Amino acid sequence: MALRLKGAQILLETLVREGTEVIFGYPGGAVIDIYHELPNYDLKHVLVRHEQGAVHAADGYARASGKVGVCLVTSGPGATNTVTGIATAYMDSIPLVIFTGQVPSMLIGNDAFQEADIVGITRPCTKHNFLLNDLEELAQSVKEAFYIAGTGRPGPVLIDLPKDLMNGSCEYRYPRVVQLRGYNPTIKGHQGQIKRAAAEILKAERPVLYGGGGVISSNASNELVSLARMMTIPVTTTLMGLGSFPESDELSLGMLGMHGTYRANMAVTNCDLLIAVGARFDDRVTGKIDEFAPLAKIVHIDIDPTSISKNVQVDIPIVGDVKITLQQMIEIIEEEKGKKDWSEERREWIQQIEEWKQTYPLAYVQKKDVIKPQFVVERISELTKGEAIIATEVGQNQMWTAQYFKFIKPRTFLTSGGLGTMGYGLPAAIGAQIAFPDRVVIDVAGDGSIQMNIQELATAVQYNLPIKIAVLNNGFLGMVRQWQELFYQKRYSCTMFESAPDFVKLAEAYGAVGLRATKPEEVVPVIETALATPRPVIMDFVVEPEEGVYPMVPAGAPINKMLLV
Amino acid sequence: MRHTLSVLVENKPGVLSRVAGLFSGRGFNIESLTVAETLDPMVSHMTIVTRGNDQILEQITKQLNKLINVIKVVDFMDGDHVDREIALIKVNVKDDNRSELLSIIDIFRGKVVDVSSQSYIIEITGDEDKIAAIIDLVKPMGIKDVVRTGKVAMMRGGKSK
Repeated sequence: MALRLKGAQILLETLVREGTEVIFGYPGGAVIDIYHELPNYDLKHVLVRHEQGAVHAADGYARASGKVGVCLVTSGPGATNTVTGIATAYMDSIPLVIFTGQVPSMLIGNDAFQEADIVGITRPCTKHNFLLNDLEELAQSVKEAFYIAGTGRPGPVLIDLPKDLMNGSCEYRYPRVVQLRGYNPTIKGHQGQIKRAAAEILKAERPVLYGGGGVISSNASNELVSLARMMTIPVTTTLMGLGSFPESDELSLGMLGMHGTYRANMAVTNCDLLIAVGARFDDRVTGKIDEFAPLAKIVHIDIDPTSISKNVQVDIPIVGDVKITLQQMIEIIEEEKGKKDWSEERREWIQQIEEWKQTYPLAYVQKKDVIKPQFVVERISELTKGEAIIATEVGQNQMWTAQYFKFIKPRTFLTSGGLGTMGYGLPAAIGAQIAFPDRVVIDVAGDGSIQMNIQELATAVQYNLPIKIAVLNNGFLGMVRQWQELFYQKRYSCTMFESAPDFVKLAEAYGAVGLRATKPEEVVPVIETALATPRPVIMDFVVEPEEGVYPMVPAGAPINKMLLV
Repeated sequence: MRHTLSVLVENKPGVLSRVAGLFSGRGFNIESLTVAETLDPMVSHMTIVTRGNDQILEQITKQLNKLINVIKVVDFMDGDHVDREIALIKVNVKDDNRSELLSIIDIFRGKVVDVSSQSYIIEITGDEDKIAAIIDLVKPMGIKDVVRTGKVAMMRGGKSK
């Protein structure tokens, strides 16, 4: 005979069976029944300080570990506070399952206390969402939510749970299978298309691989590296793809696009074959779309058919899981590549790229008396040997990290690429540290964005998570200031903070450790001290106030027309 | 260009809103939309008339397919399907135009479904051209109101959906 359980118990039991280890959440009236049962289950709960933090933390956990992140929040404001986090995860295809409490079924639609139509609100920013109507469907719905979130192109799924159902009871059966009539992602690439793509690769003289977040979400870094090395194809990655190809490799071009390297943008503009792998031709990557990769045939591998030919018309589309498709492709090329020495075949092309690299390398001028933000990022990269998990906020701090941190492994870079959410980095770092208690986790922040979710420092202190926050403190909303400098006649309208907290004292007030560097020679000692401190640390780096991120492609310009200052 | 999409969806709460939201959120246009249950009560059928070039239609079709509750999408090409809609037209009637109106209704194989001293409600079924034609003809008599269902469509021949 089947077991009779309360709704709250069914939810938690199913979470455990789905392999959930951690829930990021915040209690409230509508989920109090679930919280009441929580201590009886083998589930770690991380109590955040704001529901947005819960979603970003679950997101950071998911990006770092590859598992589905789970959140639990209450109805009304608890639910609406998750929206930015959900939209962030949706844009970057991060698998999350979010449980929101809802007022009792009887009261839905009555403008009850703490009622919000969260299913309606999050419909455009979730992969799927629904309101639970019938307790009998709970276990199946939870299983479906995990399946939808984690398969195909991953994304957030939200389930809204009316309070009366959590308190009600029914017979519990753990569902064995998921069958969804309208959901069946294509995993294996079309063999004929892959053969055509392989033939183009064998024919191309100046090929470039362009890897995106899909390489990381499908765990296909090894395949990308194999293909690149086997055929000597240079690789550029998007912001979301950083870490999917080791930047220590000679074939690495670094990031492309608006703040991409000169050699990456030049290589894409001059290549005769562009192989897009799990990337979606975002406007920050392509610049002026008509002049993007004008000489190239384009191969596009993506699990999401809607990504194909959305922005750029491609010659050979392949719908499928990146890892499996690359394996199929490697197998075909392995058979057909013959005995040619491909590094010799590509000598001219590689030489040309090397010339671009020598002409305009990523560079900045370090002065004697002022710390350059790029210098800080480079030192962090060196001192952690590229092994740390790096989160960022959004703006200049994010771009300098993308440019100057040498990523060598996938799932070590957590950043809000699509939505560009300031305040993402600190909670994401918390999530990553929960997933990997023994690894070094650093949030590279600006003095603007760190203040958007600074309350989560209390979470880090409560769970003694030794995350490190590097504030590149320039006293400005730097990226907007840079646009104002370049395109708005230096009218710095509302981008200078006339009041800012003392970040060292702020850290101490939260029970964390605060360190400060104001001169270049203090940078390394501060980082070393922070790394040696087994507690949360804020490092306040007082940096050059008006430093810019370069190269830069002005919005709407072709990507080979870079400002190189 | 104008397209008629036949969309099979799971008959679940919020599906219409998902489909409508997809169109509005991505700047696509809906000219008409009808929805009702199929023989299988778990499944509903939508007929959506929309407009756009090939690339837009490709995106609309793919985006619809991406919705979890959407089971199947077919873009009907010209000629391979039958489409119909119903219009209710309330027309002023006077002694001097009553017989003319009745003969027009007869020619179009329409029906008078409501009669009052001053007006008739005409029910007319047909494709878009037919409905446009009768509206044109009765317009001089004075149309008080028109309500149209929007198109329903079905594939010709032995194939279904």
